[in-house]
Amino acid sequence: MGLIPLLIAVPFLIGLALLLITRDCIRKPVVAAGVLAVMAGSVLLAALPSISPNLFQLPLLQGVVNRELANRAMLIVEGAISLYLIWVGLRSSQWQKWLIPLLVVGQAALLLPLELGGGHHPAVAQNLFCDKFSIIMALIIGIVGGLICLYALGYMREFHESHHPEMPDRRNRFFAILFIFLGAMYGVVFANNLFWLYFFWEITTLSSFWLIGYKGNDESRRNARRALVMNLAGGLGFAAAIYWQVRSGHPASLDAMIASGAAVALLPAALLAFAGITKSAQLPFSSWLLGAMVAPTPVSALLHSSTMVNAGVYLVLRMSPILRDTTAGLLVASVGALTFLATSLVAITASDAKKVLAYSTIANLGLIVLCGGIGTPAAVWAGVLLIVFHAIAKGLLFLCVGVIEHKLHSRDINDMSGLILKMPRLSIMLQIGMAGMFLAPFGMLISKWAVLKAVVDAQPLLSFFIVFGSAATLFFWVKWMGVLLEVTQPHANVERNIGRGEWVALYALAGLTFGTCMLFPLLSSFLIVPYVKAQYHLADFSVMGQGNVIIMIIMLALVSLFPLSFLHYGRHVKVVDPYLGGANTGQGNQFTGSAGAVHGMSMQNYYLSAMLPEAKLMLAGVVLAGLLLAGLLLGVALV
Amino acid sequence: MNSWGHVLIRVLIYLVAAPLLGGLLAGIDRRISARMQSRVGPPLLQPFYDVAKLWSKEPIVVRRSQNFYIIFFFLLTVFTGGLFFCGSDLLLVFFALTLSGIFFILGAYKASSPYSFVGASRELIQVMAYEPIVLLTAVGLYMATGTFQVDAIWGGAFHPLKALPGAHIPVLLLPGVFVALLYAMEIKFRKSPFDLAASHHAHQELVRGITTEFSGPTLAMIEVAHWYENVMLLGWIFLFFGSCWPAGLIACAVTYFLLLVVDNVCARVKWPVMLRSAWGMTLVFGFGNIVVLSLLK
Repeated sequence: MGLIPLLIAVPFLIGLALLLITRDCIRKPVVAAGVLAVMAGSVLLAALPSISPNLFQLPLLQGVVNRELANRAMLIVEGAISLYLIWVGLRSSQWQKWLIPLLVVGQAALLLPLELGGGHHPAVAQNLFCDKFSIIMALIIGIVGGLICLYALGYMREFHESHHPEMPDRRNRFFAILFIFLGAMYGVVFANNLFWLYFFWEITTLSSFWLIGYKGNDESRRNARRALVMNLAGGLGFAAAIYWQVRSGHPASLDAMIASGAAVALLPAALLAFAGITKSAQLPFSSWLLGAMVAPTPVSALLHSSTMVNAGVYLVLRMSPILRDTTAGLLVASVGALTFLATSLVAITASDAKKVLAYSTIANLGLIVLCGGIGTPAAVWAGVLLIVFHAIAKGLLFLCVGVIEHKLHSRDINDMSGLILKMPRLSIMLQIGMAGMFLAPFGMLISKWAVLKAVVDAQPLLSFFIVFGSAATLFFWVKWMGVLLEVTQPHANVERNIGRGEWVALYALAGLTFGTCMLFPLLSSFLIVPYVKAQYHLADFSVMGQGNVIIMIIMLALVSLFPLSFLHYGRHVKVVDPYLGGANTGQGNQFTGSAGAVHGMSMQNYYLSAMLPEAKLMLAGVVLAGLLLAGLLLGVALV
Repeated sequence: MNSWGHVLIRVLIYLVAAPLLGGLLAGIDRRISARMQSRVGPPLLQPFYDVAKLWSKEPIVVRRSQNFYIIFFFLLTVFTGGLFFCGSDLLLVFFALTLSGIFFILGAYKASSPYSFVGASRELIQVMAYEPIVLLTAVGLYMATGTFQVDAIWGGAFHPLKALPGAHIPVLLLPGVFVALLYAMEIKFRKSPFDLAASHHAHQELVRGITTEFSGPTLAMIEVAHWYENVMLLGWIFLFFGSCWPAGLIACAVTYFLLLVVDNVCARVKWPVMLRSAWGMTLVFGFGNIVVLSLLK
């Protein structure tokens, strides 16, 4: 059997194979087959709940994953990665020259004695585990991540052949890293042994470093190194957590930490939450994810929706039972809340579509970190739900923007005016994704409802961040939607030459955005509620009453009727030119003013950049969040 | 939980009574405003005559799909009021109302005329200005009463931990939230000084912002949707008085009169003033109140 080790190993093997394939015609079927394999594996895992609990009793599996050989192999790979990173560090400039090697050596100094000394591995009964939360994450990695890989096939061909012919074609490396990334993500969500988790965690750091720097120009190399530094800092926190856990005589495993509770495991939990905060790009570490948008769009989509940042919030949510009702938990929650507010406000001022999406990702992750820090069962329920809805909608949004950027040669929101004529299907998908991000009755709303309720129950003062942050979220999404809708002049349709893989990914994600909202009660009762019940040992748990679920579904049904109104399109109405304050010339966007002069018109959105200066707000956020985290780490150091 | 028959009767009463009440309120509004400006003013039923007249006009549009958004704005506004008066979850009511407001804004964006575009943008700023205090109202009422259910709040529920004298009248625990909400009501009722998106005073603007490109039956629908909405907004005020309904009714009347007075003595302000002051009020009075309440445990 051994489905879980297979899920981890197969993407790695496919990745290594892709490294050798340089012909696009061979790469295509291999990638497609690989995507099908991870999707099928994830779905199979979810569909066979009866086998998961006793999965580890199977002798074959025990033999594979618990052998000392696996540990040795990981140690060797880890060593190689460390040496490589030191080499990267030494080649970079200025302060990174010593910081990167220092971080790597620091991690090694903490962990190497433990690994070589032995004695810790026997204490961990199971290196891998699988519960409902892991299954949810596996579904996201497999389905959303897989779709993004499919999309990347067509996107990267166009990227190299039409848009960047000057760049060396290193697509074999690109796809290899994508699959290795997916494999490492499976490793992260299934690892119970902290050493194993750390191993996969470092591979995600390394993969993201390579992917961000893929273009190879100065800017992408600089941003890749920044991402590396910040994630290595998180890795140092991770290593310190393992060190403390082992040195104090406890097994270095997640289940042992959670079972021992806050009295014993609070310190390593706080350190792991710190690692999660860096990986999920919370303030003060947000700049690495913003910098990551220099990479080709599939990379952004992958980092923002199904991998990287999800590993961070996954770990924070795993720590929630320990963080609940502690000062450390409150600090973590405050970092998340502050990040949500600051980045939502700043997103108003951005006109670069990818930047808006990036800020909104960081904001939503902030909400999830907030849930994790609060750590009550209702908060964890909301947090898991947020991960699911965010991954799907954000994946869709990035993929849409990627195609639009290729066709319009711009990703500025102002250039998307009239998109409904230029790219009708893309425009509608983009709007579905946005609706999924913030509108009632779509997914995010259910989560936001639950978050607000959980926060008021546990920490009412944190509601401050949520109410102002939500208002800002609303503003930047709706004004973007408005630009997509308005049409001031005729445009030619440019929705051509979009690959089949791209369409499959777009349609599937748009369908999923809608489908998960419709099926959310099932998702909740089959996966999330059982997880929360098991984690908190609750006999009975429900967040949302049945009446509210019914109301949400009625609303969803009502909104789904909206497309039907287009059956009535253009009937029984008289169409005229807009009022322009003069005599219309018949062009629709021109008028004759005084003295017979013909004037045009243009419409621009509000960006409120005078009221919300981006640099100042982010600086304030970084300083405040930095202080909160310094408090967290200082507390750790003092104990 | 109510039985379905009970809910149905309440929905029916609401569907019929709310627009009548809202229309009458609009008539009274115009009469009183006229008196304040030393005019006689139109007949009390003028709003109904207006809507009937609009209904008979030819539908004229700039973009063929613009009216669909308004139809859904109307449906969702009615739906939201229905949720509220059936006593369901207050947070859901607020979220649903936001959704209906967004349909209105998107309709104006769709119309693609510069005036409706500016109107839509301003309406959006207005939404951003009042959204925090609206959500804080739900938070505050939940802290005071222990529930988000409108029915339970009307029934005089109170939080066991905050069982101070008069705890069954939420406004006694939430004076700051109430004051900040009143400020936001000025925006929600589209009154001066915050009628930025579209003013009903001819002296405020030459071209009507958000509704510039809507005419005939669609404009009538927008008008009736506002009647529904206004009745529900007064319901929010009423909610602060829990089971003490005479006080609630008086509060609604006083509030409405107060809104009219402010409307008639203030000129329109610029959007930064509105946004800053509304958020400031929310922060100082609204959030300050929440802080105090959380210390009362």
